[in-house]
Order: sequence, then structure tokens, then C-alpha cells
Amino acid sequence: MRAFIGLVVGLTVAMSLCLFAGENPFYVFTVMVRSAFGTSYDFGLTLFYTTSLIFTGLAVAIAFHGGLFNIGAEGQLTVATITAAVLPLMFPGLQGFAAVALMVSGALLAGFIWGFIPGWLRAKRDSHEVIVTMMMNFIAAGIASYLALEHFRNENSQNPETSPVPDAFRFASWDPIQKMFPDALVNFSIVIALLLCVVVWIFLNKTRWGFELKASGQNPQAAQFAGISSKKWQILAMALGGFFAAFVAINEVAGSAGKFRLGFSADYGFVGIAVALMARNHPLGIPLTAFLFGALQKGASDLDLETEAITRDFARVIQGVLIFSIAGFSLFDSEAFLRRIILPKRKVS
Amino acid sequence: MDSVMITALVFATLRGATPLIFAALGGLFSERSGVVQIALEGMMLIGALAAAVTALETGSPWLGFFAAGMCGALAASLFAFFTLQLKSDQIITGTALNILALGIAPFVTKAFYNSSGSTPSLDITSRFSYEPVVLAGLATIAVAYIYHQTRSGLWLQFAGEEPEALLASGVSVQKTRWSFVMLTGMMAGFGGASLSLFLASNYSPNMTAGRGFMALAALIFGRWKPIPAVGACLLFAFVDSLQVHLQGNSLGLPMQFIQVLPYLVTIVVLAGFFGKSRAPKALGKHVRES
Repeated sequence: MRAFIGLVVGLTVAMSLCLFAGENPFYVFTVMVRSAFGTSYDFGLTLFYTTSLIFTGLAVAIAFHGGLFNIGAEGQLTVATITAAVLPLMFPGLQGFAAVALMVSGALLAGFIWGFIPGWLRAKRDSHEVIVTMMMNFIAAGIASYLALEHFRNENSQNPETSPVPDAFRFASWDPIQKMFPDALVNFSIVIALLLCVVVWIFLNKTRWGFELKASGQNPQAAQFAGISSKKWQILAMALGGFFAAFVAINEVAGSAGKFRLGFSADYGFVGIAVALMARNHPLGIPLTAFLFGALQKGASDLDLETEAITRDFARVIQGVLIFSIAGFSLFDSEAFLRRIILPKRKVS
Repeated sequence: MDSVMITALVFATLRGATPLIFAALGGLFSERSGVVQIALEGMMLIGALAAAVTALETGSPWLGFFAAGMCGALAASLFAFFTLQLKSDQIITGTALNILALGIAPFVTKAFYNSSGSTPSLDITSRFSYEPVVLAGLATIAVAYIYHQTRSGLWLQFAGEEPEALLASGVSVQKTRWSFVMLTGMMAGFGGASLSLFLASNYSPNMTAGRGFMALAALIFGRWKPIPAVGACLLFAFVDSLQVHLQGNSLGLPMQFIQVLPYLVTIVVLAGFFGKSRAPKALGKHVRES
């Protein structure tokens, strides 16, 4: 409910910012809705963004449950995607299950490690995970650009990207979702994303491990007294965050592009923060909020063409305002507020 | 290394340290008063943009510098309103400000210059040639003086260490934190201005490139004290100028690996491999005033 109030207030504020640019907010809004849901191609792209945002939303949420703030999902998904794009080029002969297993496990391991490092530094060296993950985002970008441009560059393309992976490493031949939305990039990964949400929900709520992770996040000292190693869970919460963010590689390499493209991520890692916050870190709420932000991302993509003064970066403004208002309203007591507004006169008389 | 090169490195270090010093001193105000500050990056970006636009429109770098401080403080007041009045999470709100800054900038450049990200280049008369370095030095002395020698400095430290004691002595913790967070925004804005008016010659998207976070790391490495924090800024800037220098003389290392050197050094430094530091005791804690 509070998140909903935050959403409405945030959207209203963000849309009224259009007035400053001399654009009609209602027109901008309809452009965005049309661009996000207008045709089955548009809708397919919205779902494609949604898929990656589910993964990064989970990456942020699991760390939050462990008491840590993961703004490193961007770097984690970057190392995973470059790994997924490069491994098939190193072992191009693999077929069938081995091909998929190698690529997926490599990518997930890369993400796991990229989350493990800040988790370990936080638990053992008390280094602020926000700064460490931010720095690791830049390092990940450096490594990825090095591998993509210096060693595995696609010589047949003008764009900075790796050569495409062999077909054995891709979903296309059998993917039922892709057949439903031809050309629209959405793929079988969305099914994986939804299943992962359920798995994370079960992990957090029905298993001992999930309980220990949450206990460590809520009160590390108390958890320690109860015999839970809260430092271990801090590290694992962050590493799991990296692990979930790494699934973006499957959506990108196996599911759609088939290669690593420099700058492919539409800031999935950062938008994932908004996704997780709005869902209040609930794994089953994340698909809904990811869909909302996926639609926002796709919706803003046509603003460059359809309006005079607003660019696609307007999506960022809306995201920022939304996080502000959701965070602001998270402690907002709507009942008390209503009572103050509606009932003050009665109290006096 | 001959003496010419060493001189060049020293100057490059001083230049590069300028934005970091402003931001780190700004961060000190906020964190010392008990408010976690990860929005330095966003405030710097807003400052850099405000400085470039003002200098382009008026032709005066000084007005640009001033406008950057004001806009930084404005952004900080938004941050303070949410974290201090609405008591929203400080780290999340800081992230929101960082994202918002990235989104607002193209909005402004589009409106002013019909460009989707950067401002046009500033000519030499509307830029600084050395002044921000001097200002950063003066700011260091001023902040160190305020922090160690004045009553406000004492309030600042108490707001972050023993807010109840400050309250008991009749000083409002809220007001103290509000004032210092505003100062944070102003300083971070100055830091941004030294980027767009001094290190570069225009505003370009995401030109801070993590400097806000590095400044925070420098502050932590400097144990939340003015002079050591500035020392850490100089260290980071030295690594960065070394990095630029190494790119020129190839040692056979790939360029990308040299570029990430400052980020790597930041992590190593932060991991406390050179000693531990202790945060202000009431950092991030709210105080009830009634």
C-alpha cells in the first residue's frame, strides 16, 4: 500500500517535470504507454527488459535480506555476460548439454565471484560494500572491454562487440517464447526468471538457510548469539546477489544477442535497486515491479523521436523520483495522516 | 624519471585531486554529523552541469563555480528533506539522488543546447587555469580550522558521536545535521565545477566517473578527519595521474588494465590493508527531538 502511494506520488511528480521542458505530461505518458504495449513487438521488448530486471531485482533483494546494499549488480552481470560470450568462442566444438552447461555455469560462477569479493571484504575487513561494489563495476567494465575489443572482437561488425557464439549455445532453435514474439528478443529466460523468483521465495521462507540469512541481516549480533555465523551469511548474501545478477547473461547471450555488446545493459543493475525496493524485497513481488520498470524502459525509448524536448534518459528521472518517493513513503503512516487530515475538527469539539 | 616528468606528475596530481578534495571535505561534514553520504557522486554531477551551463551563458567561470555550489546545496536540501524529515533510508535516498542526477542532466542539455548529453565546449576565458587548486587548498585549511577549533566544529562532531549529549546541551541535532548536509552539497558542487571548468572544458555525461565514491573512500581512509582525508585524495589523484602517464608510455600492459588502476587502489585502500578506521558512532542513526 505504501509502495503504491509512493508510486502514484512519484509518477505524478516525474510527469509534471515534463512541463518544465514544455511538453504535455499526458501526451508524454500516452507515448510511453503506446511504446511499451502498442504492438506485440513492443510488448515482447518490454518483457525482454522485464526478464533482466527480475534477475537484478533479485540480486539487490537477496543482499538486502542479508543486511547489505548491492549496487554492484551492474558489474556482476557484466562479468557474467562477457564470460558467457567468451567461453563458447574458446570451446566452439561443444554440442548439446555440455555446451549449455559450460556457458551457464561459467557465467554464474563469474557473477558469484564478483559478489563474493565485496561480501568478503565487508565481513572480514569491514569495507563499505557500496564503495567496493561501485569500484568493481568500473573494473568489470574495463575487463569486459579488454576481452571484447582486444581478443574476441567481431571483425565483421562496425560495433564494439564479440563474435557471435555458435548456435549450440543459443536457445533460438527450440525456444517456445521466441516463437510467440518473432524478432522481439524476449525468450525462454523469462520462464527461468519466474521460476527463480519462486525458488528464492522458498529459500527465504521455507528453509533454515533462508532463515539464517535473514536473521543475520536483521540483527547480526543476535544471530551470532543464536549460533548463526552472520559473517558467513553476509558474504553469501552478496555472492548470491552476484549469482542472480549473472542470469542476465543467459537472457542476453543464450536468449537474444548471442554475443557481448559494449553498453548492452540498459542500466539493469541500477534499475534493479528500484525494482527490489518497490517490491519491498519480496521475491514474488519482483516480477510485477520488474514489469513496471521494464515497461518504463521500453516506453521511454521512443521519446527521442516522438517529443521535441525529452530524451530516453527521462526514464532515469522517473526511476530516481520513484526511488525517492518510495523510500520517503516507506515510513509513511497513511492512517495517521488520514486521521490528521480528516478528523482534526472533531478532536477540537 | 627526470625532473621535468616529476614536476608534470606533481601538477597532474594537484589538478586531479581538486575535485576529490572538495567532495571529500563535503562528505566529511555530512558523515561527521551522522548522515551517511553516498550521494556525493550525484551532487558533483549536478555541480559540474550547473557550472558549465552558467559559465557558457555568462562567460564567467566564477559565476559558474558559485552556481555549482548553490545547485549542489539545492540537491543536498532534497536529500536532507527525505533523510532527516521523512527519515527515509540514507543509502537508498543517496542512490536515488545519484540516479536522478544522471537523468536530469540530459534534460537540461537538451533544453539549453539541443544536445542529448554534453554541453558545448567552453572557451579559454570562461574556464579556470589554476584557481580551483588554490581554492581547494584554502577549503582544506578552512574545514580543518572549523572542525578542530570552532564551536560549530564541536557541534558537528557531537551530532555524529553523541547526539543525545548535544541535544541535552540545548542544540538541535536536526538543525546541525541540516546545515552540514547543505554544506556538503555546496562543497560537492564545487568539486563538480572543478571537473567541468578546470579538468575538462565542458560537461559530458557521467563525467564524475566514480569520483564521488572515491572521495568517500578517501574520507574513510583518512579516518573522517580533514587533513588525512585530503592526503588520501592526493594519493588517489597520484595513482590516477600515474595511470594517465602509463597510458602514454606503453609498458606492454593493455590500456583497460591501466585505466582500472585507480578503482583497484581504492578497493585495496578501503579494505584497510593500511590500517583500520572507525566511523562516527551515531552515523546513520536518527535522534528523536521532542
